[in-house]
Amino acid sequence: MLHFRSQTGAAQPTRRHFLIGTAAATAGLTIGYRLAVSSAEAQTATAPQAVNPFQAYVEITPDNKIIIHSSQFEMGQGSYFGIATLVMEELDGDWKQVDVIGAWGPTALYGNLAMGGAFQITGGSTSMTSSWERYRKAGATARAMLVSAAAKQWNVPESEIKVAGGTLTNASGRTVTFGDLAAAAAALPIPANVPLKPRERWTQIGSTTLKRYDSSGKTNGKQDYTIDVKMDGLLTAVMIHPPKFGAQVKRFDASKAKALDGVVDVVQIPRGIAVVGRNMWAALKGRDLTTVEWDESQAEQRGSAELLNEYRKLANGAGAVTARNDGNVAGAFSAGAQTIEAVYEFPYLAHAAIEPLNAVARISEDGRVEVWGGHQMPGLYQAIAAQVAGTTPDKVVLHVMKTGGSFGRRAVADGDLIAEAVSIAKALGPGKPVKVQWTRENDMRGGRYRPAYVHAMKASLDKDGKLVALYDHIVGQSIMDGGPFAMMIKDGIDPTSVEGAANMPYAIPNLKVDLTTVSSKIPVLWWRSVGSTHTAYAVETFVDELAAAAKRDPIDFRLAMLDKHPRHAAVLKLAAEKAGWGTPLPQGRFRGVALHESFSTFVAQVVEITVKNGSDFTVDRVVCAVDCGTAINPDQIRAQMEGGIGFGLGAILQEELTLTGGVVDQQNYDTYTPLRINQMPKVEVHIMASTEPPTGVGEPGVPPIGPAVANALRAATGKTVRQLPILKHLST
Amino acid sequence: MVAFTLNGRAHTLDVDPQMPLLWAIRDVIGLTGTKFGCGMAQCGACTVHVDGAPVRACQTEIGNIDGASITTIEGISGKVAETVQKVWAELDVPQCGYCQSGQIMSATALLTDTPKPSNDDIDSAMSGNLCRCATYHRIRAAIHEASNRLGG
Repeated sequence: MLHFRSQTGAAQPTRRHFLIGTAAATAGLTIGYRLAVSSAEAQTATAPQAVNPFQAYVEITPDNKIIIHSSQFEMGQGSYFGIATLVMEELDGDWKQVDVIGAWGPTALYGNLAMGGAFQITGGSTSMTSSWERYRKAGATARAMLVSAAAKQWNVPESEIKVAGGTLTNASGRTVTFGDLAAAAAALPIPANVPLKPRERWTQIGSTTLKRYDSSGKTNGKQDYTIDVKMDGLLTAVMIHPPKFGAQVKRFDASKAKALDGVVDVVQIPRGIAVVGRNMWAALKGRDLTTVEWDESQAEQRGSAELLNEYRKLANGAGAVTARNDGNVAGAFSAGAQTIEAVYEFPYLAHAAIEPLNAVARISEDGRVEVWGGHQMPGLYQAIAAQVAGTTPDKVVLHVMKTGGSFGRRAVADGDLIAEAVSIAKALGPGKPVKVQWTRENDMRGGRYRPAYVHAMKASLDKDGKLVALYDHIVGQSIMDGGPFAMMIKDGIDPTSVEGAANMPYAIPNLKVDLTTVSSKIPVLWWRSVGSTHTAYAVETFVDELAAAAKRDPIDFRLAMLDKHPRHAAVLKLAAEKAGWGTPLPQGRFRGVALHESFSTFVAQVVEITVKNGSDFTVDRVVCAVDCGTAINPDQIRAQMEGGIGFGLGAILQEELTLTGGVVDQQNYDTYTPLRINQMPKVEVHIMASTEPPTGVGEPGVPPIGPAVANALRAATGKTVRQLPILKHLST
Repeated sequence: MVAFTLNGRAHTLDVDPQMPLLWAIRDVIGLTGTKFGCGMAQCGACTVHVDGAPVRACQTEIGNIDGASITTIEGISGKVAETVQKVWAELDVPQCGYCQSGQIMSATALLTDTPKPSNDDIDSAMSGNLCRCATYHRIRAAIHEASNRLGG
């Protein structure tokens, strides 16, 4: 969900990373925490020290369970399963033994290696890149230590010991379980340079038959999420937030609410008013009886239509900063044989996760602070919890919960939910644990949206139909501005605003991407695939339109500009081949294609739509080709492509978050409308065989679906839909 | 005072009769497999069976279910439900899993009434259940597969 691109250098953890020890662990974090301590700095911060895998990554219990401690949090994207697969490949355990829990703490152990290692975070589709060597090494080292322990116990050479299915055996038939040996193994010296299995001996990585270890708990109601946390005396808090962003509580009257049976208290915290009940229903009733007067003098008063008007005007002028500038676009435009211009508009989007946001906090009499939640950035959240509670980070304990799909929404620089939960617990006093549970309406109106954007684009073809110049001026809010991520903004360019456009792969001799960043008090955030949610649509529909203007096949037109990008070209060809590109279609059926790289994963999609009449159409089939390097869990790659397609399709067809006079218009799923099953196309996923290091799949399935559908619609109607969502603007 | 059966056990609750069944099940009785998503019968995460029919518990007042038999994800049983749960896991339908209790309650009700559902039957029975992970492709496949195994 976060932007950071995996960089090959940083993405290859060295042995040194693995061995950096727990001594590096506990440097207290403070707010204003320096996010991007450079990789080098992080490495020199402490001398290398051996890490015992049993104390950091792999816990083997006396009753023979394998509990893997995951640096990456799980929101359905399969990071726990992926990490377990890496460990199990090397460890040779039995999947029946496996469970995975969320680890948090020392960045030397759990820092995201795809982002330099200095910060523990799940995002940017980097979980597998970060974990690729770390967790295989953990599994291999643990296995080697188990073998050593068995060899010692039996007084036989290590070479005579076989490991399979969670047991060790020797030639004479002696058998011992991992659990029997775990304590002895963990006490042994940590071996250096344990070799990893060569690719040809893999049985887990790339297995087409391996299933998720955690599906059954999601079919019988047993898996607990933050909303399900139970403990003695747990109270439930419902929030009343300011109706406009930036407003503050002037005064409130909770006398009626407090008189209700079941309402425990009504407290003011920095983010609003919390109505605390013995259960959710009591809190909801108390909320309805609480009146709040707001000071809106500092609040955002503008609506989304006014903002988009402003963006359109700005997009007409010159960009404030330039993110890419090849050749000379201005000169090329005046020399071009055919020039085409287009303006695209993208609305705000909500994550609208089905588990409405929540967190649980408990402050004990001894000052210990515990927070249960979807801790996507544990170090930062620990620091925030400490600051809010008025204590030091070492007094804060996090419990990383499995989380309902959150699509970026739980990686928030100000830790909004964490701050609310701890603020309320503090206001109630020690010994009163509380769960803050947002309603759907809180969630929809609580901010942190995919920003609205305008792209003003212009391109020229020469007399032979070759694309010689392209200009894209992007206008919108910055996601990274104003928080610990602001240091990622270089020369005024928030990389999340331009990713997918500034790095477009096409060989266009004159190419310029400008950015004008605007500000408002509407909080914005990464939303599954971040910048590529809009750049892919703008670039891929525009390029498709240019292909048509050049009277070229849209795939041939792209391939001619991809000589230097063989992985892009390969997925495009694969998708075209599997979709039967160029073969005749029944009456009323049309194809469209799009290609996009995000988070170092390459995806091409060919869609087929059926147009019934005018604006009535269905998306029937999507053929998706993906190159994410080495495929760790092929079926999960498929699942993420399927889900990404459905997620992206809902957004481009019919999702839009609007504001009127600073107030969000939508409150629930009746007016903010994600995709439903009756709109889901048939999806076929083809995974490119690869020996490259693995890259992510959580986000990259999302960007191509929108432009592929729009391109199919243009094939049908001759018009590109340039304002989203499509269903609202198709007929206008 | 409301008396009803939940997963085969008799319960008598002395709560606000307007309390939605969802919060009675989750917060009073303590069974949390039934999820909260929207509070206005828009997402289906809270689907339970009331006398065998799929119902959104967030819009069902506890005062209106006196004498009813309620089944939640923790209590479903029988060949149809067990086949649905088994196939759901085998096809790795869930991603985050949060909506899946509701999906399974709706799918079980569908297959009980319509052993051989068409795609249109699936659309009409399941389109009240949102899945933000968009596992719909596998939900559809799993319903067809469960139907086949049940001899539908």
